[in-house]
Amino acid sequence: MSNLLIHPGLVLIIGGILISLCASRLRTGLQLGLPILALFLVWQIPDGVALQLSFLDQSLTPMRSDTLSRLFATIFALMAAVGGLYALKQRSRLEIAAAYGYAGSAIGVCFAGDLLTLFMFWELMAIGSTLVLWSASTTASGHAAQRYLLIHILGGVLLFVGIAGHVQSGAGLEFSAMRVDNLPNLLILAGMLVNAGAPPVSAWLPDAYPEASWSGTVFLSAFTTKTAVYTLIRGFPGNEILIWVGLFMVFYGIVYALLENDMRRILAYSIVNQVGFMVAGIGIGTEMALNGAAAHAFTHIIYKALLLMSAGAVLLQTGRSKCSELGGLFHSMPLTTVCACIGALASSSFPLTSGFVSKSMVTQAAADGHLLWVWLLMTAASAGVFLHAGINFPWFVFFQKDSGLRPAEPALSMQLAMLILSALCIVIGVWPQLLYQLLPFEVNYAPYTAAHVIAQLQLLLFSGLAFFVLLGYLKRTPTITLDTDWFWRRALPGTAGWLAQSTRALITWFSPSGRWVGRVSNLVSSAVGVRSPLSSTWSLATMGLAVVILLIVQLVVVMG
Amino acid sequence: MKTPHWLDRPANHRKLWIGFIVVLIGTVLAEFAWPIHGHFEIESVKAFNALYGFAACAAMVAFAKLLGLWLKRPDTFYTSETSESLPSEVNAEAKTTGVAHE
Repeated sequence: MSNLLIHPGLVLIIGGILISLCASRLRTGLQLGLPILALFLVWQIPDGVALQLSFLDQSLTPMRSDTLSRLFATIFALMAAVGGLYALKQRSRLEIAAAYGYAGSAIGVCFAGDLLTLFMFWELMAIGSTLVLWSASTTASGHAAQRYLLIHILGGVLLFVGIAGHVQSGAGLEFSAMRVDNLPNLLILAGMLVNAGAPPVSAWLPDAYPEASWSGTVFLSAFTTKTAVYTLIRGFPGNEILIWVGLFMVFYGIVYALLENDMRRILAYSIVNQVGFMVAGIGIGTEMALNGAAAHAFTHIIYKALLLMSAGAVLLQTGRSKCSELGGLFHSMPLTTVCACIGALASSSFPLTSGFVSKSMVTQAAADGHLLWVWLLMTAASAGVFLHAGINFPWFVFFQKDSGLRPAEPALSMQLAMLILSALCIVIGVWPQLLYQLLPFEVNYAPYTAAHVIAQLQLLLFSGLAFFVLLGYLKRTPTITLDTDWFWRRALPGTAGWLAQSTRALITWFSPSGRWVGRVSNLVSSAVGVRSPLSSTWSLATMGLAVVILLIVQLVVVMG
Repeated sequence: MKTPHWLDRPANHRKLWIGFIVVLIGTVLAEFAWPIHGHFEIESVKAFNALYGFAACAAMVAFAKLLGLWLKRPDTFYTSETSESLPSEVNAEAKTTGVAHE
């Protein structure tokens, strides 16, 4: 059979728009069927360049595939499928449409062979994810969406300036491995790191994700950071700076999650923590490390989505997300509890779960490279993962004190989605070869040796002991912990307002014709201020007229 | 009254603790049967992973508590003040316009 060359990403993007227009029964069919079709199409793209176009004297490669592209595209399509199933009861049409557009764009990034195509899908992802967040339709989500978009526009600008400089320097548009030895490449790296949740802007992630709807967070957790991991694996393998950036993220995630009260925010910090392992692996850059980073991205998407699904189920059934108001839910939500525990064990890399077979490759790569300090820090962090997510999340939500809440299990579709992901966590953990054969390099690694299993069990179980011994210090309080987002939520607007006021006051004070300065400033604000005609909403007809006039003027100028 | 779930009965908490401690000791003893020969010398120290895991977690909790003293705020920190960005801009403009009129 000849290969079907249809872009799987476009299928999801266009399909998402169709979903938003369809009646309910057709919508359900599309919602379940489209990601599976996309998954099928991912596997139809042959290795190498599948499509090449010419654009503005540049050669674009919108479709190029290899093992790495296919691995990430596979998990993205799979995640869209299970996420779609989980979100069947989601009433917001916009959310599903946006989520599928978002997933499709992430797949588009995976197959982008050139930097311009990559950038285009990168920005589409930003729009899709912002809409997913925004569609939760709460005041908090609206504000969070604005902040989220600003940070991602910043990341996009960095990326685009970097790409422009890269092309200008004669390096061409092809997306391949780069060194950080010039400014354009540094900017490209910075743009990618913004999406990975790296410092100093990691705060965008725990600020935004927990504000989405019960199903929206599941979609958000899967694509943005992992697409960044994919682009870093392809674009910047073996850049040592990434080891330290990754290790910072790892510990940042743990420490902030330990202080956090909101269950979904705990899991959001945990995403930064886990992506930190991947970024550090990419920094190590050996075949084992890159395999580890890719494998860990794959397993992480599954168990993190599972954890967020269980949190979403709790949120939907109780309307609460603060650990200080939850507890004892295992009584009435046993299935959700078991699924959450499986996700938590997988995220802690417990033997027989998927995290064990993937994260071990990254720590093994640090050992192989004789990087003692990196290995010691990663091992400490592995213990910390069990502490901050592995026990922390299930304990405070489903056990600890009895909150008296007795919510029912969520809808069948949600239970089914959680069961599928739980099964995947265990299947990959028990039969790691299933995953290893999909990795970019050949795997010469056996995770299940007696010594490794014993070492890991000691590490994790004694972290568990630490958790229960120190439980008194880990009590949840109704607080948040300030993060770097304080700078753009409080410090910058505050400083700007203060500067504007003091400048105006100063001018009025010093200038003998202060009255005139005031008038000019009034004139300016009446012309372009918030309530000026230029800032208000215009009718379509007026806009149309303005555009026509503009075009006529342009025509006259050009013809003249 | 309905009998409480077995996990809710305090007597069982004791049993769970005993079981947990037995497993903990078991993982350390297992190292004598299957010695760990890692890449680094430090891994050969008996019960290294157990001690290191516990100590690392204690250190992280201590660090988090210290950071919390400095950075924790009530969870209404960002929402209690005027959280709407647009009205505050309008207010700011009204204020500044007021200054200009003086």
